Amino acid sequence: MISPAPNYRRRRMFDRVMRSMTVAATIAALVPLVLIIGYVLVRGLGAWSVDFFTQSYQPPVVSGGLSSGGEVANAGGVLNGIIGTILIVGTAMLIATPIGILAAIFLAEYPGNSVATVVRFCTDVLSGAPSIIVGVVVYYEIVRRIGADGKPLGFSGLAGSIALAILIIPIITRTTEEMLKLVPNTTREAAMALGAPKWWLTFTVVLPTALSGIATGVLLAFARAAGETAPLLLTILGNNQVSFNMLEPMAALPLLTYKYTDTPFPAQNELAWGTALLLTVLVLTMNLLVRWATSKRAGR
Amino acid sequence: MAPAGRLGNLQGLRRRIQHGDGIFWLVTLGFALLVISLVGIIGIVMWNGSADARAQFGLSFLWTDGWDPVNGEYGALPAIYGTLLTSAIALLLAGPLGVFIGVFLSELCPMRLRSSLSFLVELLAAIPSVVYGMWGVFVLVPFFRTYIARPITSTIGKEIPFLSGPVGSGRSLAVAGVILAIMILPTIASITRDVLAVVPNHQREAMLAVGATRWEMIRRSVLPYAQAGIIGGMMLGLGRALGETMAALMIVGSYKDSVPQSVFSPGITAAALVASELPNANDFLHESTLILIALVLFGITFLLNGAARLLVWRTARGPAGARA
Repeated sequence: MISPAPNYRRRRMFDRVMRSMTVAATIAALVPLVLIIGYVLVRGLGAWSVDFFTQSYQPPVVSGGLSSGGEVANAGGVLNGIIGTILIVGTAMLIATPIGILAAIFLAEYPGNSVATVVRFCTDVLSGAPSIIVGVVVYYEIVRRIGADGKPLGFSGLAGSIALAILIIPIITRTTEEMLKLVPNTTREAAMALGAPKWWLTFTVVLPTALSGIATGVLLAFARAAGETAPLLLTILGNNQVSFNMLEPMAALPLLTYKYTDTPFPAQNELAWGTALLLTVLVLTMNLLVRWATSKRAGR
Repeated sequence: MAPAGRLGNLQGLRRRIQHGDGIFWLVTLGFALLVISLVGIIGIVMWNGSADARAQFGLSFLWTDGWDPVNGEYGALPAIYGTLLTSAIALLLAGPLGVFIGVFLSELCPMRLRSSLSFLVELLAAIPSVVYGMWGVFVLVPFFRTYIARPITSTIGKEIPFLSGPVGSGRSLAVAGVILAIMILPTIASITRDVLAVVPNHQREAMLAVGATRWEMIRRSVLPYAQAGIIGGMMLGLGRALGETMAALMIVGSYKDSVPQSVFSPGITAAALVASELPNANDFLHESTLILIALVLFGITFLLNGAARLLVWRTARGPAGARA
């Protein structure tokens, strides 16, 4: 008969304890997730109203005079931020997507290059760098640059777009490269056998095959760009009115969240919760879409 | 005689370059070089921007105490201390926790729950940092102040200066460390999970064959095999904590005058210092010093991320473009 080792019960107990600690750790990780999303959802929904989406900044007017206890009559809305985010992030995507995709095409279609290794290294560096760095660079080079008329170019929505574009180019490049690599070489060879030049077959055969994967990369980049605040802090300054002028300071949702968190008026703090909810919903939706698209592709 | 016409150049295997191919190669190469140049531009611009400060101070200002640019004092030690302390707290909290989560997700989790739980853990990384900061200000800081900071400072804090009060608004280096821990947890957890997943099964089977319990198997054969990757994951997490700006800015309390004595008092981190003062810099020297701080930060995260990538080199990470 094989009898268990004398310390087996102790070892088994230790094993159970440690394994349940890993479960506890995972639950502990989900606790902040639930708390954050829960708080943002509950308090943010309270801030959502027609005014929230259609009005812009209102200066805090304390109703009933200063002695009434500080009730702000009309906190206004965040339309300036919504328009600003759409414009700035949209422009950033327009700048970054072609650059990222074309660079990824080079990496995927001409592999084994020494340039390719350096590019991959650079995308790693860029994606790991603090986002404030990009803000500092754009601030120094663009916002503080003296223009032709002797005045500095100043804060602008365009500067913010450039900063965001620099941040998301590595994301688009890496995901596009991986998606292009997944296209089997037989597809390319079949097109070549029919006489297609490389540039034609890349754009009409390879890219469309990888398109859903590339789209997920673009969605992830969009989610990242929409939530970034630090580079915007140094480049767009913020604007209390709805503005469509990219060459002037603009507002953006993450900046508004930051600004309204630090004010002493509870009515404006409510606006912060509302914008945070908007941003979180946006980011979560993108991530869910990406997950759905990825699992659909994997299931095919 | 070789047949003329279209099949004529079967003799000699000459590669057919078709029109447009050369331009295609050039154009895509150009965009690839553009990506490389972005890193170069960042380095060059920050080098130029910090020229004044480098000429004036060299790097000595990094260990000089007292940041008061209005009076000409440019000691960045409070910022460096704050960055290191908050990141250390974050790593101490999130490191072991992240490894445990990674172990659970890759070794012990039931298959049908695996991808959903992984997704939820990674969702923590997707939340914008300004939302973390706001939630921290309105929820975590009051909670921490009441249930952790005040109890500790009024009991053992009286003996140990590092843990002493007073606790005012609650914004402090300690809370900032906790928020950073939550933010870097998904990074460490998902890298640990991925690195453990590629440990070959013969390691596990060998341990189980000699009668080890599952935890012993993990602890003695799987984890050591993957330890380089796990360390790499922690270094990536540390890099993220060092560079995190918005959440730190909103929570750390913005105290720049000197290095705070206690972990429960307000302080400042390097990234938060740069973000809060650069747009309103008093003069060129102030601006240049801030850019120099940013350059130092860039250099440190550059080295850290480079070393981490080397350690995590062969991990299968899939289309992980948005994850650090």
